[in-house]
Amino acid sequence: MSELEKKPFDFMGFRKAASVLSIALVIASIALLAVRGLNLGMDFTGGTSVEFEYTEAPSLDNIRGQLDEAGFDNFVVQNFGSDTTILIRLAEAGNDELAVEVADALQKGGAEFELISSEFIGSQVGEQLKEDSGLGLLLALAVVLIYVGMRFQFKFGIASVIPLAHDVIIVLGIFALFQWTFDLTVLAALLAVIGYSLNDTIVVADRIRENFRKMRVGDAWDIINTSIHQTISRTINTSGTTLVVLFALYLFGGEAINNFALALIIGVLVGTYSSIYVSANLLIALGVSREDMALPVKEGAAGQEEDEEPPEWLNRM
Amino acid sequence: MLNKYPLWKNLVILVALVIGFIYALPNLFPDDYAIQITGARSSTEVNERVLERAVQSLEAEGITVKSSSLQERDALIRLTSSDDQLKARPTVQQALGNEYLVALNMAASTPDWLKAVGAGPMKLGLDLRGGVHFLLEVDMDTALQQRLEAMSSQIKRELREERVRYRGGDVDAGDRQIVLSFRDEGSRTEAFDMVRDQYNEFLMDEQTEGDEFLLVLSLSEEEVRNIQEYALEQNLTTIRNRVNELGVAEPLVQRQGTDRIIVELPGVQDTAQAKRVLGATANLEFRMEARQDAPASETEQYSFRDNPQRTARLERDVIATGNNVANAQQAFDENGQPQVNITMDSVGGDLMNRATRNAIGRRMAVLFIEYRTETESQMVDGEPTMVEKRVVEKGIISLATVQSALGSSFRITGLDSIPEAAELALLLRAGALAAPMYFVQERTIGPSLGQKNIDAGVMSVALGFGLVLLYMVVYYRGFGLIANVSLTLNLMLLIACMSILSATLTLPGIAGIVLTVGMAVDANVLIFERIREELKAGVAPQLAINAGYSRAFVSIFDANITTLLVAVILFAMGSGPVKGFAVTLCIGILTSMFSGLMVSRSIVNLVYGGRKIEKLSIGGKLANV
Repeated sequence: MSELEKKPFDFMGFRKAASVLSIALVIASIALLAVRGLNLGMDFTGGTSVEFEYTEAPSLDNIRGQLDEAGFDNFVVQNFGSDTTILIRLAEAGNDELAVEVADALQKGGAEFELISSEFIGSQVGEQLKEDSGLGLLLALAVVLIYVGMRFQFKFGIASVIPLAHDVIIVLGIFALFQWTFDLTVLAALLAVIGYSLNDTIVVADRIRENFRKMRVGDAWDIINTSIHQTISRTINTSGTTLVVLFALYLFGGEAINNFALALIIGVLVGTYSSIYVSANLLIALGVSREDMALPVKEGAAGQEEDEEPPEWLNRM
Repeated sequence: MLNKYPLWKNLVILVALVIGFIYALPNLFPDDYAIQITGARSSTEVNERVLERAVQSLEAEGITVKSSSLQERDALIRLTSSDDQLKARPTVQQALGNEYLVALNMAASTPDWLKAVGAGPMKLGLDLRGGVHFLLEVDMDTALQQRLEAMSSQIKRELREERVRYRGGDVDAGDRQIVLSFRDEGSRTEAFDMVRDQYNEFLMDEQTEGDEFLLVLSLSEEEVRNIQEYALEQNLTTIRNRVNELGVAEPLVQRQGTDRIIVELPGVQDTAQAKRVLGATANLEFRMEARQDAPASETEQYSFRDNPQRTARLERDVIATGNNVANAQQAFDENGQPQVNITMDSVGGDLMNRATRNAIGRRMAVLFIEYRTETESQMVDGEPTMVEKRVVEKGIISLATVQSALGSSFRITGLDSIPEAAELALLLRAGALAAPMYFVQERTIGPSLGQKNIDAGVMSVALGFGLVLLYMVVYYRGFGLIANVSLTLNLMLLIACMSILSATLTLPGIAGIVLTVGMAVDANVLIFERIREELKAGVAPQLAINAGYSRAFVSIFDANITTLLVAVILFAMGSGPVKGFAVTLCIGILTSMFSGLMVSRSIVNLVYGGRKIEKLSIGGKLANV
């Protein structure tokens, strides 16, 4: 530890390798999205899903056979959470009585089961959702860019939005790679990833800004390196606790939010990495300098301490 | 003195926490399984005797009644288990008869002293308590067409009254216009003036086609919007009435966007009945039978509902519709056949009277209209595809001679069966839908799944929370403990806020809470890391604490505000599960800022403030030396 104290770990030394890695990951993700595409959930495609709880674990092939016989096509039968729970998805979006028909067809097989949930989504709802969701993501990024641009400086705005896009694209790429179902809850997770990753990026950016004002020696490279060094244990601790909670959610939160937790776990990992390497990297690439950080000259503000002071009311607390 | 809060500030924090505690408290009392009894009609009173009868019927069946109470418009019987609840419903329904509706319910068991201050538990979403969720879409094209047809009949009637001769009038719903044709230019000019004076919803255009002089009336964009808005509002009201007739406790009926309606019925498992009543788009039209010499363009042929072979030619003009019905009751005629007694509202009565007083001896038809969605197999690009088709069925249910001018009260006969008469009466009473509606989304959650979701949610919150607490103590020692106290208080405040706002807790909402816990740690970590840094730089403990809190503030503020912005967008853009998540995230960010900055500071001040200290228990080698 004391070793580290004297000489900050050279985070930026890996900046080239990190750039290559990030760019490669983003390109690979975009390629995956283009080639394999997302396995869109029913929320977006429309369709019917039915969930049954059997008293005894049934054979999936058996159920498939029964459905085939009953004249259904385009269906998926899978276990959901346990081997007595069966989830059946049907692509058909036109018929809102399908759940009951499926239950009737299976009833003829004689097995005992209980219909525990069913869902029907018309195709027009899914279409609209797709548009709204894309719009929501873009809007979130735009608002972040504006806020950070105003609060910090435009270069910081860019340096915080691009990592967010980077994180979102990579999470999407991984979902495309493994063909995990992308539904509404995963979308919510994605937006939460934006929030989380932003949190990380801002904390680092905040320290960089502070150090630019405080440190009289060293160039941008040193200052950024020092800033990352100073915040690294906070970054690791926060990511650590968040991940702990997310793993609890993933393992015990139930089947319905599995993918939600998964998207967040990946997002937090990528987001932590990107707040260090993508964001700081971009700041160097954009050539951030001490001048960018100069405070607007205030009346009589010739003080040595150029910290951004917390608001006055806070000191009274 | 450094790091000492003035008394008032500690008091403010304490008051906030006490209020939080009181409002979070009701969530610790589990809901009772209950059944709710309401009158089938608003005039039916639920009184002491009814309640007694219900309780007695339950006791006779050996079902334990925990307590029973009479409320303003309904009665509530609390039971001990969900099995009892399921058994109790048919028992009570049978004992009370059809005049009362019996619904399953979950009754909050908040103690009276908490209720007195307005505290109550969070509402549970459908995914946690079971029930059905419907999304209905209003068919706006049909709404427009119906409105245009009504206007067209009215205009033609007025033209006739003004003795302006017209050749024909067609409704073109696609272009949202009415096309009237005339033999000569003079009549057209007269009609033009009349329409201009009396209707301001049309854009008017004169055209000539061959020897026909056309007057094209197009609806303005604004008018189209008005009609659609009206259709949605009308349907919303109707659906509310119908949901009330279903007797469901705490239903939710809400509009979504410009053409959709959300209906959530907690506790309902029989979706078929719910769908039949909600989606029923039956309506009535009253029309005169066409005269022998009426031109074919003015008449339409319909078959009878009970006998498709038999047909009758009716006038195109509609006298009145089911929308004008004020009340409807099922009854029997002198031969014991089912009939529906109808009372029209004042407009309807007026229309009826005007149409029938000059038509004594002619016959008037009651046309029954039903909209349904059918799926049929069609060949698309050489492949059989299931295609949704919206079907309208119109059939005559009665064709009777007008004996005398009708007023606002009359009866309809010619119905097949008692249930059909009863359902028609119900639909007319609850109000007709201004436009047909279709189910575009449906979700049913069984009660067992709901309980499973609650268990999973509670489990993951507890586990995640426990691990975070452990992590903090191991890493930050004494300060970790302080952080843990403030995290726990944060969770309490979050639950209190959600209860006060009566926000609905859903499974994604629980995920939001878990995530908030994870992120609320961040504020503490930021502050503690800063304090450690200051200590390493050789700053005295008291100064280090002060610097830690004030320096970290800027980072915490920026980070939380940006996350809050994202959460707000999530709330505004999202629907369903996403919204539930956004609500908890928004509230969580606010409470975690309060607890991270104020509450934990206050505790630190109480522990360390105002005295000389040598070292802080904050973990890390240097700080402890």
